[in-house]
Amino acid sequence: MRFAFSEDQEELRRGARRFLATSSSSERVRAAMATERGWDDDVWKRIATELGWTALAISEAHGGMGFGWVEIAAVMEEAGRALLCAPLLSSVCLASSAIEIGGSDEMKRALLPSLADGSATATLVMSDDVRVRTDGDALVVDGEARHVLDGHTATWLLVAARAGDDDAIAVVSGDALGVSRRATPTMDATRRQATIRFDGARANPLGASSVSKHAIAVAMDRARVALAAEQVGAAERCLEMAVDYAKTRQQFGRAIGSFQAIKHKLADVFVRVESARSAAYYAAWVAAHRPDELPAAAAMAKAYCSEAFFHAASESIQVHGGIGFTWEHDAHLYFKRARASEAMFGDPAAMRERIAASVVFAPE
Amino acid sequence: MDLEFGPEDEAFRAEVRDWLESNLSGEFASVRGRGGPGDEHADIDARRAWERRLGEAGYACIGWAKEYGGRAASLTQEILFFEEYARARAPGRLGHIGAGLLGPTIIAFGTDAQKRRFLPPIVRCDELWCQGYSEPNAGSDLASVRTRAERVGDEWIITGQKVWTSLAHCSDWCFVLCRTDADLPKHKGLSYLLVPMKQAGVDVRPIEQMTGTSEFNEVFFDGARTSAECVVGPVNGGWKIALATLAFERGASTLGQQLAFRNELESIVGIARKNGKAQDPMIRQRIADAWIGLEIMRLNALRTLTLMQGGTLGREALIGKLYWANWHQSLGKLAMDVLGDDADDAEGANVWPYSLTALQRLFLFTRSDTIYAGSNEIQRNIIAERGLGLPPEPRPT
Repeated sequence: MRFAFSEDQEELRRGARRFLATSSSSERVRAAMATERGWDDDVWKRIATELGWTALAISEAHGGMGFGWVEIAAVMEEAGRALLCAPLLSSVCLASSAIEIGGSDEMKRALLPSLADGSATATLVMSDDVRVRTDGDALVVDGEARHVLDGHTATWLLVAARAGDDDAIAVVSGDALGVSRRATPTMDATRRQATIRFDGARANPLGASSVSKHAIAVAMDRARVALAAEQVGAAERCLEMAVDYAKTRQQFGRAIGSFQAIKHKLADVFVRVESARSAAYYAAWVAAHRPDELPAAAAMAKAYCSEAFFHAASESIQVHGGIGFTWEHDAHLYFKRARASEAMFGDPAAMRERIAASVVFAPE
Repeated sequence: MDLEFGPEDEAFRAEVRDWLESNLSGEFASVRGRGGPGDEHADIDARRAWERRLGEAGYACIGWAKEYGGRAASLTQEILFFEEYARARAPGRLGHIGAGLLGPTIIAFGTDAQKRRFLPPIVRCDELWCQGYSEPNAGSDLASVRTRAERVGDEWIITGQKVWTSLAHCSDWCFVLCRTDADLPKHKGLSYLLVPMKQAGVDVRPIEQMTGTSEFNEVFFDGARTSAECVVGPVNGGWKIALATLAFERGASTLGQQLAFRNELESIVGIARKNGKAQDPMIRQRIADAWIGLEIMRLNALRTLTLMQGGTLGREALIGKLYWANWHQSLGKLAMDVLGDDADDAEGANVWPYSLTALQRLFLFTRSDTIYAGSNEIQRNIIAERGLGLPPEPRPT
């Protein structure tokens, strides 16, 4: 039993922190936020070529690094800490993983190498308003999907929908005829979402329809774990900013951090950040080694880390006082990311209900 | 990262589980689930006999070195032992203050003579200990204790009052934090004395708590005596020893306690299934939240264990007490809300004094969880100052 990162995993994390300190500094994040695409392609190229993060979730047979989810969690924690603007969550943690699980050999060969080397990105599209029908061997997609993570830039759109009586994942090229898409303005400008309209867009099935549902469920749970790790890193940064400020800001002739009103607030944040870390690391280990336990572990981590991050981001603003309310300070960037990521992939209430139904009150 | 215990540890767990299963039967079947917080008054004689059975089998102080009568079990195995102990609903320990607090303190700071005198009876469960720390005017501000000890010939004469002393009424000995030099600054004039309880100068008065039961006592020392050798560490150097004991208080038994909490949560889940509250969406949310909170408590403990094995106790370890106290207290409230209309029903016939149900005791007793062993406020100060490096509270000089 050893519940900590190995030395290699620590090194991966340290490397990520070094890289992101400059490549995803506050200035770079704000510059990326202001662009139409929402992320910096040069940084993405470096992530792909120098760091290989694009290949993390892809097996070696398909040009990937075949790393486990603990390693992915280590990287995502740092990405969250730096509020990295990049399609890491959508393309690496969600779509690549769905292809690994649910793709036919042919589709894996077609898609994974370009995702692994970062020359392409992909995302998952799930919407009740999208329909897929078969047309010979091909699929045809119609309807509209909102809130598609990085959907405006993804090379490939993996559309999960019912196709007649089956579940299907339809692979649509982002540039295909019959696809129109636009990024929607979002309060959290560090991560873009898109609205995508499909009008008879031609697609190929990702793999056998019998595994589609399973592939989406597992890929979503893994993405929840990755997002939870990201929330831990971001929450820890909120705490650090507040602690640093409380040590230096003087009022009544003392550092405000010497007042118990501030100390106790930050102690409570610390308890939740460290507990969130336990939940996220555990869920990452489960994702790598205990597939049967993943649904509960992912739900637990997503529920707890979401609320811990929102709490940390809120208290960070409060401790910073007026300066924490300004555009100039980064506190609001974390606060907005916390709000958006809390709702993403299932909010805490939905995650708790899943645990109630599948674990606590599971049929005896 | 590896969250599995090795085969040796699993074998140890299986051994403990088998032993508890076969020994918590027959004469000891009735002590199952008795004692512990909120029920500390129950079945003292039977539980004392049970403790002796534990001692005979070598399970009383498993973490101690073999030369002191222990099994030299690893910290992991200690935690597994406490988990199995809780899983089996074995009775709340009476000897835990000796086994968990005083013993380790003697091993770390005691003289050879003290080790020979005091450790074997703890291992055999022949002598029970209580902790003489808090006083009416020294609670969170422990270093303000006023109980005096004066050296007269080859004895210490102790005068003063302690309060909130768990198990004092059945203890043979007490470790008492005393002022031995009133002229020194308050942290520097303290000594850590070992005082026999069964003597004329010691008067134990039970404190009736909101549960109607008495786990805690007031202890009055009026010229109580102990031998000059019964001081642990240097005279006037007792503060450091007292803090070391407090650190043991947050050790393996705390890390292993979440299985006792799991029994409580499961009984609440069982009630919710029966009375229909399992269909109430708000209750479902709260029960799932409690389940998550308990899982994370276990995970936090495993992270702390990993840190301790690495020889460094990181700042993460500071969160344990605050975390479990808050979790447990909200479980008590959840229990009442799940019981709904029945929550107020006490046990037995309508005769005074009433008998509370286990969940009512949980509800009431957990109010003390956030107060004893370092209140939430003190815990937050410790986390903020030692963990986060925030400046200390300005203290009057």
